[in-house]
Amino acid sequence: MAQMKFMCDAERCIECNGCVTACKNANEVPWGIQRRRVVTLNDGEASEMSISVACMHCDDAPCMAVCPTDCFHKTDDGIVLHDKDLCIGCGYCLYACPFGAPQFPQTSAFGERGKMDKCTFCAGGPAESKEEEYEKYGANRIAEGKLPLCAEMCSTKALLAGDAQDVADIFRQRVVQRGHKDGAWSNNPQASTDNLAYDAAQKG
Amino acid sequence: MNLLTAQAPAGVPRSGKGLALGIWRFVVMALVLALSLAVTPVAVAQADPDREMTTAAPGITADQWRQVRSGETGPNYRDSRHDSNYSLINSSGETWRHIRNRWVSPFGLIAIGGTAALITLFYLIVGRKELEAPRTGRLILRWSLMMRALHWTVATLFLTLALTGLNLLFGKFVFRTLFGDAVWAWMIAASKVLHNYLGPIFGVLLVIMLVSLIKENIPKWHDWVWLKKGGGMIGKKHVDAGFANGGEKGWYWLLASVGLMVVASGFVLDFPNFDQSRDTMQWANVIHAVGALGITAVSLGHIYIGTLGTEGALEAMTTGYVDETWAKEHHNLWYEEVKDQTIPEEEVAARKSSGTGAGPSATRTS
Repeated sequence: MAQMKFMCDAERCIECNGCVTACKNANEVPWGIQRRRVVTLNDGEASEMSISVACMHCDDAPCMAVCPTDCFHKTDDGIVLHDKDLCIGCGYCLYACPFGAPQFPQTSAFGERGKMDKCTFCAGGPAESKEEEYEKYGANRIAEGKLPLCAEMCSTKALLAGDAQDVADIFRQRVVQRGHKDGAWSNNPQASTDNLAYDAAQKG
Repeated sequence: MNLLTAQAPAGVPRSGKGLALGIWRFVVMALVLALSLAVTPVAVAQADPDREMTTAAPGITADQWRQVRSGETGPNYRDSRHDSNYSLINSSGETWRHIRNRWVSPFGLIAIGGTAALITLFYLIVGRKELEAPRTGRLILRWSLMMRALHWTVATLFLTLALTGLNLLFGKFVFRTLFGDAVWAWMIAASKVLHNYLGPIFGVLLVIMLVSLIKENIPKWHDWVWLKKGGGMIGKKHVDAGFANGGEKGWYWLLASVGLMVVASGFVLDFPNFDQSRDTMQWANVIHAVGALGITAVSLGHIYIGTLGTEGALEAMTTGYVDETWAKEHHNLWYEEVKDQTIPEEEVAARKSSGTGAGPSATRTS
């Protein structure tokens, strides 16, 4: 079974916000909700970098662990989905989430939270009919054999979506090509040797 | 020289200074053009994608990721979400999850379950505290109608909040599998609405109750003795108590401290429209849960002593009157103050049937 993952290559992201727009369009996300966001660190400085963030569909998802109604479930593809019929809008998933993914429409008095909305990896959610699914959760592109629109539309292919192994392989190749001695992610002194060995193995 | 003449404003005679500036511009432009032509072949030679990648942007360092993890944002942090005040990585979320799921939740259950078990054991072994002397049939007013109404309103709200709160913390382990999604969805949604809407009313009424009872709950030396002797259980001797005994005062000050903290943190959680941060709400949630679970555990003791545990205690809060014997045995110092205000049982019954019982006009005598 696949283990679906997003990965944003921060050295490729150019902060165009195309993913944000694609997501809003594909899922008809309600006003005030933005399932994907682009964060830029050190904007305007030499060390500027941008990264696109949404639900990362964690293996050990904190939202699932703290939900009082137990409304989350993990699909066979490792996608974290939630049931809006069970959600009570308590906000606990927001407290726990490392990525600020859960959002709540706050249309009633005193900022009372509505039903939580978050990225579904374009995999919809539990519903009786396709129309209801689209209405509640947005597109189900996975059911159509397509990947999330944000990653599909990324102009620099900074945002990758797909099976964790494939995504990791693509990123690994990039790292090898860039020649970072620490493999961009860690301080492993062996990383550069490991990467070259891996690359050699891939080339056969 | 068309360039130079075109730059001169029409109808204005060109001055010597203007001409000199014009020539300088021409020289600089020519130089720039010549230089750029000379550099172009080098730039073309460098357009090797692999090499460009290594030089185009500095690599992202481990330090930058460390900065992200620690939640540092800095002045040049940008987020494309319109209302976002979130850092890139919310590291405190995992801490909150750990505190809530590994500590608050299991130990809350142990505190409440343990207290319930201890009380049951106490009841089975020691049993109900009966009056030692027979009743005299003469009654003393202990609680005015106003105070009783306030007590029972706060009590009902407390029980509703405790039960819905427990459902929010533990319900999913029991009721979802027991009743199925349809009933569970309704149950948990009702729990949240009741909890969030009744909470503020409870908070206001609790403050009113605390204020109106503060005079009776000022700690005295004999309260300390009362607590040391376990309310008379240790040593089997009568211990001194005023209108409120040491235990009641303990319960009062627990509500006045921890209770108000629970109310305050509840307000923080209930009204997320003041832009309080995620971290603030995490801490408010921990304080709220720990305080509420503790008070719920202690409340079991209050409920037991007030109903099953002590003969004559419940009737004080239902009818408003206590028997002279009860007052003497449980609140001797208070009894000394009010023993001249006793009323025969029959008179109280007559007053009640004529509708002028311990109404709002009847003052609490303390």
